[in-house]
Amino acid sequence: MLELINVKKEFPQPGGGILSVLDIPKFTIGKGEQVALIGRSGGGKSTLLHTIAGITKVDGGQIKVNGYDIARLSEAGRDRFRANAIGYVFQTFNLLNGFTALENVRLGMTFGAGNHDLSRAKMLLERVGLADRMHYKPGQLSVGQQQRVAIARAMAGRPKLLLADEPTANIDPANQQIIIDLIRQNCRDEEVALLLVTHSMEVAEQFERIVKFEELNQASRLPEPTI
Amino acid sequence: MNLITIAWRNAQQRGLSTVLTTISLALGVGLVALVLSIHGIVTDAFQRNKTVGYNLVVGAKGSPLQLTLNTVFYLSQPVENLPYDYFLEFFNQAERERQLNAYGGRLTEPNRDGKYADYFDLESGGLVIPVCLGDYFGEYRVVGTTPAFLNELKHGPSVDLPYTFREGRNFETYNEENTYFEAVLGSRVAATMNIGVGDTFNPTHGDPEGKGHDAGFKVVGVLAPTGTTNDRATFVNMEGFYLMEGHAKPPVLDDETTEETSEVVEVQVADDGTEKPLPLDQREVTAILLRPSQMMFGMLLQNEINEGLQAQAATPIGEISKLMDQFVNPIRYVLLLITAITCLVAAVGILVSIYNSMNDRRRDIAVMRALGAQRSTVMWVILLESGMIALLGGILGWVVAHGVIGLASGTIEDRTGVPVNFFSTTTAELYILPFILALAAIAGFVPALVAYRTDVSRSLSA
Repeated sequence: MLELINVKKEFPQPGGGILSVLDIPKFTIGKGEQVALIGRSGGGKSTLLHTIAGITKVDGGQIKVNGYDIARLSEAGRDRFRANAIGYVFQTFNLLNGFTALENVRLGMTFGAGNHDLSRAKMLLERVGLADRMHYKPGQLSVGQQQRVAIARAMAGRPKLLLADEPTANIDPANQQIIIDLIRQNCRDEEVALLLVTHSMEVAEQFERIVKFEELNQASRLPEPTI
Repeated sequence: MNLITIAWRNAQQRGLSTVLTTISLALGVGLVALVLSIHGIVTDAFQRNKTVGYNLVVGAKGSPLQLTLNTVFYLSQPVENLPYDYFLEFFNQAERERQLNAYGGRLTEPNRDGKYADYFDLESGGLVIPVCLGDYFGEYRVVGTTPAFLNELKHGPSVDLPYTFREGRNFETYNEENTYFEAVLGSRVAATMNIGVGDTFNPTHGDPEGKGHDAGFKVVGVLAPTGTTNDRATFVNMEGFYLMEGHAKPPVLDDETTEETSEVVEVQVADDGTEKPLPLDQREVTAILLRPSQMMFGMLLQNEINEGLQAQAATPIGEISKLMDQFVNPIRYVLLLITAITCLVAAVGILVSIYNSMNDRRRDIAVMRALGAQRSTVMWVILLESGMIALLGGILGWVVAHGVIGLASGTIEDRTGVPVNFFSTTTAELYILPFILALAAIAGFVPALVAYRTDVSRSLSA
C-alpha cells in the first residue's frame, strides 16, 4: 500500500552545510497494516510523516501509495493526493478553535474530491464518543476529547493511510489507551493503514509491527554535519 | 463545508476586530453614499426646475445666475426691478393701448408696437409673464404675477404637465368677491403653513421677518404637488400685489423729473370704495418670463436684450448648467475624493486587521494545508474574509446613509422640492460596492499572500 524507496531529504543549515535528515532505502506498509514507529526526539520522524503526506517534498527517491509515486507530483498534486488519501493526527491535535467539533470534522472532508457528507461527520463523532459534544468548540472540550475530534477529522476524508504523530504525548495516562484504541479501531473498521509515531514502548508493543526509526533511516547513523 | 463558511468562521473568531473594521468601513461607505445622494438631490432639484416652460428670464442688469436663482428657484436676494414701460416693450400696440386705458398713468409712446413685440405672437405659443418678488408668506416667497403663470406654463420632465389644483382654482385678475386680492398656494406652503382655500393671509415685506402688509389675500386655490420650486411659492394676483403698501413707485411728473416725494404712495380709491388698479407709471416688475413664439428666436432675442442698457436676459437651462459645472460638480469631486480617501483608510484598516491576525493564524492555515487545502485555497479564504468585511461594511454604510436620508426626507422635500425616501438611489452609488470590493481585494491580498507562503512543516512544528 505504501512503499518508500531510497527516500532522501536534506536541509541546508543556517551557518552553511547540509543536514541529511532522511535516507531510507526501503520501507513498506501493507493495506490495513498497523505499524508503530519509535525513535528518539528530533530524529526526523515528523519529517518522514510530512514527506509521506506530501507536505514536504523529498530530494530523491520514490514514495508510492497504491503504486502511485507522489514524489513526482507537483505541490498542488500532492495537496490533492493528501486531501483524498491521507489522514493526519497531530501530537497537539491542531483543531481550529473557531470551529465546532462537527465543523472541524467536516473540514477534514472539505478539500478532497469526495462529497461533503454531513452524516459521515456525525457518525465519526459518534464513533469516538462525542455524539453529545458535536457543537462544542475545542476550548469547551477536554484534551482527550479534542484528540478524539482530531481522530474523527483524520478519518473524515476516507483516507487510505493514517499518519499519527505521537497522538498520546499530550494526553493524560488515563486517556492514552483510549485514544490508541480509538485510532486503531477506526483504522480497522475502514481498512486504513496506520503509521503511528510514539515514544512509548508500552504503546508500540500493542502493534503487530514495530519499526525503529534509527534502523530504518540511514541518515540517523551519520555523524553530525561539519561546517 | 465551503470556503465562505470557513472565511466567515475566521471573521467570527476575531469578533471585535472584525466588527470595528466593518464599522470603520461602513462609516466610509456611508459618507460616500451620503455625498452621492446629496449631490443627486441637488442636481435633481436644479434639473427639475431648469425646464420651466419658458426660455428666457429678463431682469435688471446684474448677475444672470442670481436672476435665475431668484426668479426660477426663489433663492438669493431679490434683484432690482424693471420699469413697467420695459415690460410693455414685449407687447404689440393694441395691448399697450389696452393696458394704458385700463390702468391709466403714463406710457412713453403708447401708439407703437413694443420693441420686442415681433418675437411674440401670443396666439401661437408665445408667452410674456411678469413676476413681482419681494414679499414673503412665512418663509415662502410671494410671487406677484398674472393668471397666465399657472394657466399657460407647464412643468414635468417633458414640460407637458399643466399646473393642477388639489383644491380650488386659479386666482383671477379681478372679481367682485375678492377684488384684486386672490392667491394660490403651492402644495408645500399649504401643508406647512396650515392654511387652505377660504383663508386669508397677509404677506410680509422684504424678508420673512419683515413688516406685515395690511392687505390680505384670500386663498382661492392650492396647487397639486409638482416636485418643483413652485410647491414652495405663494402666487398672488399682481394687481393686488401692486396695491399693497410700499409697492407703488412714485409717479413721473409732467416736467419729466421725479421729485423726492414720500416713499409711500397712496392707493387710489374708486367711487364705489374699491381700490383702483395702480397706474402704469407707478408699476415695476422684478422679472419677465419669456417664451418666444418660435424657439429659434430665443438666442436672437437674448442678444438683443443684453445689448440694451436696461435689462439682461438669462437662459435658466444655461445658467443652471454653468452652476453645476462651475460649482456643484467640482465640490462633488472634492467631496468624493475625501470620502474615497476615507474608504481607502478603512480598507487599510482591513489590511492591518487581517495582517495582524496572520501570526495567530499560521497554525490554522498549516492545518488546513495538512488536510489537503492548496495554497490558492487558503489564499481565497483570506480574500473571502476581506471581501465579507467589505460587503458587510458596504451594505451597512449604504443602509445608514439612506436611513439618514429617509429620516430627513421631509426636510429635504421641504427645502428642495425633491421627493426622496430610503430607497432613492443615484446611479453613481451602484459603483460603491464594486469599488469597495476591489479595495478589499487589494487590502486582503497582502495577508492572503502571507497565507499562500505559509511554511506548513514549520508552522505545524511550532
